[in-house]
Amino acid sequence: MASATVVAPAALTSRDVAAAPPMPDVLPPVKPRRGFLGFLRRNPTIVAGAGLLLVMLAIAIFAPLLFTTDPTALAPARRTREPSAMYWFGTDMLGRDVYSRVLYGTRVSLLVGFSVALLSSVIGLTIGLISGFVRWADSIIMRIMDGMMSIPPILLAIALMALTRGSVQNVIIAITIAEIPRVSRLVRGVVLSLREQPYVDAAVAAGTRTPVIIWRHILPNTLAPITVQATYICASAMIVEAILSFIGAGTPPIIPSWGNIMAEGRALWQVKPYIVFFPAIFLSITVLAVNLLGDGLRDALDPRMAKRL
Amino acid sequence: MTALLEVTELKKHFPIRGGFFGGTTGHVYAVDGISFHIERGETLALVGESGCGKSTVGKAILRLFDITAGQVVLDGKRIDDMTAATLRPLRRRVQVVFQDPFSSLNPRMRVRDILAEPIRNFGLARDARDLEERVAKLMDTVRLPRDAVNRWPHEFSGGQRQRIGIARALAAEPDLIVCDEAVSALDVSVKAQIVNLLQDLQQELGLALLFISHDLAIVEHMTHRVAVMYLGKIVEVAPKRSLFAAPKHPYTEALLSAVPVPMPGAQRERIILRGDVPSPINPPKGCRFHTRCPYVFDRCRTEEPKLAAPRTAMAPGHVAACHLHDRPDSENPLAVAKGEAVIPV
Repeated sequence: MASATVVAPAALTSRDVAAAPPMPDVLPPVKPRRGFLGFLRRNPTIVAGAGLLLVMLAIAIFAPLLFTTDPTALAPARRTREPSAMYWFGTDMLGRDVYSRVLYGTRVSLLVGFSVALLSSVIGLTIGLISGFVRWADSIIMRIMDGMMSIPPILLAIALMALTRGSVQNVIIAITIAEIPRVSRLVRGVVLSLREQPYVDAAVAAGTRTPVIIWRHILPNTLAPITVQATYICASAMIVEAILSFIGAGTPPIIPSWGNIMAEGRALWQVKPYIVFFPAIFLSITVLAVNLLGDGLRDALDPRMAKRL
Repeated sequence: MTALLEVTELKKHFPIRGGFFGGTTGHVYAVDGISFHIERGETLALVGESGCGKSTVGKAILRLFDITAGQVVLDGKRIDDMTAATLRPLRRRVQVVFQDPFSSLNPRMRVRDILAEPIRNFGLARDARDLEERVAKLMDTVRLPRDAVNRWPHEFSGGQRQRIGIARALAAEPDLIVCDEAVSALDVSVKAQIVNLLQDLQQELGLALLFISHDLAIVEHMTHRVAVMYLGKIVEVAPKRSLFAAPKHPYTEALLSAVPVPMPGAQRERIILRGDVPSPINPPKGCRFHTRCPYVFDRCRTEEPKLAAPRTAMAPGHVAACHLHDRPDSENPLAVAKGEAVIPV
C-alpha cells in the first residue's frame, strides 16, 4: 500500500513529461543591428514606402526615356483605343497616349506634393515657433489659424484658385495656404510642451539666451513630428491637386496631370474605364507610398513607440 | 557677513485664465509670503507634501519666472527685479539639478555639448583646449568616465544621467545649487550614491544647497537646517537635530510620524491627518493648517500665526508658526520633546 502511493506520482510525472510538447527555445538572442542597414531592417514600413516613392520619383525624372511619346500629341483618328502593345494604357478621346500622359502626370503630382510639404512645413514651423514663444502674438495668430481651419482645406484651395489663373505654381500656393494652419498648430503644441521641459529651464539657468534656446533646444526636438506631419501633408496635397485638376480648378488642361486625365476620361468611364483606371492606380500607389513612409517615420522617430524587445 | 541667499516675503501667484478672451478668473497662491536664508556652504532642506509650493520656491530663486512680490537677494544683490541682461552673469552663481533625469537632459545634445553650454555662456574657458579640459574634469568630479562625453543622454542609466545633470550644474562654478527633488526618482542604491556625491562636492567646493525634497530620511542625512512648507507657507524652520527631535509645529510632527522606522517590528504612534490639503486657489483663513490640525482651537481659525521662536525649542534658530506656543506648557502638546531623534542615527 505504502509503496503504491510512492510509485503512483512518479509514474504520473513521467507520463506527463512524455505527453508534454517539447519546450520552445527560450527567447533567441536578439542581435541589435547597427548602422543604416540595421535601421532599414528594423523599419520595413519605411523601406516599402520609400522604395515605392523612389520608383515614382524615377518615373517622374526619366519619363521621356521610358518609351513615352509626346503626351500632348493629338491623333483623333486613333482615339479611344484599348490598351495594346502599341498603346500600353490605350488612348483617350483625343487620341493621346494615356501611358505617356500618366507618366508625365507623375511630375505634377510629386512636384505639388513635395513643394507643398516643404513650404507648409517651413512656414508653419516659423509661425508655430513665434506663436509658442511670443505670448501676445499667440492669441492673434491662433485665432487666425482657427478661422482658416474652419474652412475645409479643399474649399479654401478652390476659393484661392478661383482668384488666380490655373497653373502648377498657383496650385502649390493655394494648397500650401490651406495646409499651414495644421502645421503651425502642431508646432505650437510641441513648442509649448518643450518649453516646460526641465532641460530648457536648466539652459535658462545656465544663462543661454532665448534665440539660442530656440535654435539649440527647441528646434531640433520639433523636427521629428514635423517630418512625420510633412509626409502626411505631401500625401494630402497630391490628392487635393488631383481633386482640383479633376474639377478643372487646378493644373491647366495643357499640362497632363492625373486629375486632368481622370477628368477627361470621366465621360467615357463606363465604356472605356482604363482612361480613369491607370491614373487612379498611380495616384493611389503614390499616396500609399507616402503614407507608409510617414507611418514608418512616426514609429522610428518617436522614442515612446520604440520597438525594443 | 551677509547670507548667501536671503529671501524675504516671497510670493508667487499664478493667474488662472479662462473664458473666451483669456481673462484672469482667479489665482493659485502657490507661494504666499515666505522668508528664509541660506549661508555659504550650508544645506537647507525644503520639505512638504506635493503641491505645497516647494518647487515654485526653487524656480523663483533661479528666476525662471518673475515673482509676484517679495525680494530675492543673492550675496547682497537684489536679483528679483533685475532685467534679463543684468541678471545673466549672476545666473552663474545659482544652478539647478532636477528630479527627472530623463527630461532634464536635451536628448539631441551630446554630453560634451551639454556640459560645455554653461562654460561657454559664462565665458569660463580661455580657449577650446581649456574647455575640453574643464569638461573632462567635470566628468571626473561626478565619477563618470571621460570618454563618455561623446555619447548621447539615452545611452546612460538614470543615476548616470543625474550625474550628468549635476556636472552641468557644477560647470558654471556656482555658489548655490537648487536640488529640486534631485534624488526622488532614483532607486535606493543609486539615491545613496548621488546623495553621497552631493555631500562630497559640498565639502570639496563649499557649495550651498537648497535641497527640495519630500523624503525625510534623506533630509535628515543630508542637511544642516530644515524648512517645512505647507500650502505656500513656511510653518517651521529649525536646525536638523532640533526639528527631528522636537518638532514645534503640528504639521511637522505629523510628517515625522509618517517616516518608516528601519527596524523590523518597530512601531511608532502615527498621527493620521484627516482630509485633503485645501486648494491653494482658495486657502483657508487664519492658520492654513487649521482644517487638518489635531490640536486646533478657536484662535487658529481667525488669526494667522507668525514664525516665532517657541520657548521650548531645543536649539537656537528654531522657529515655528503655531499659536500653541503662546499657551501655557501644560496646554501645549508640542512643549516637550517626544523622545530621541525619530530616525536612529
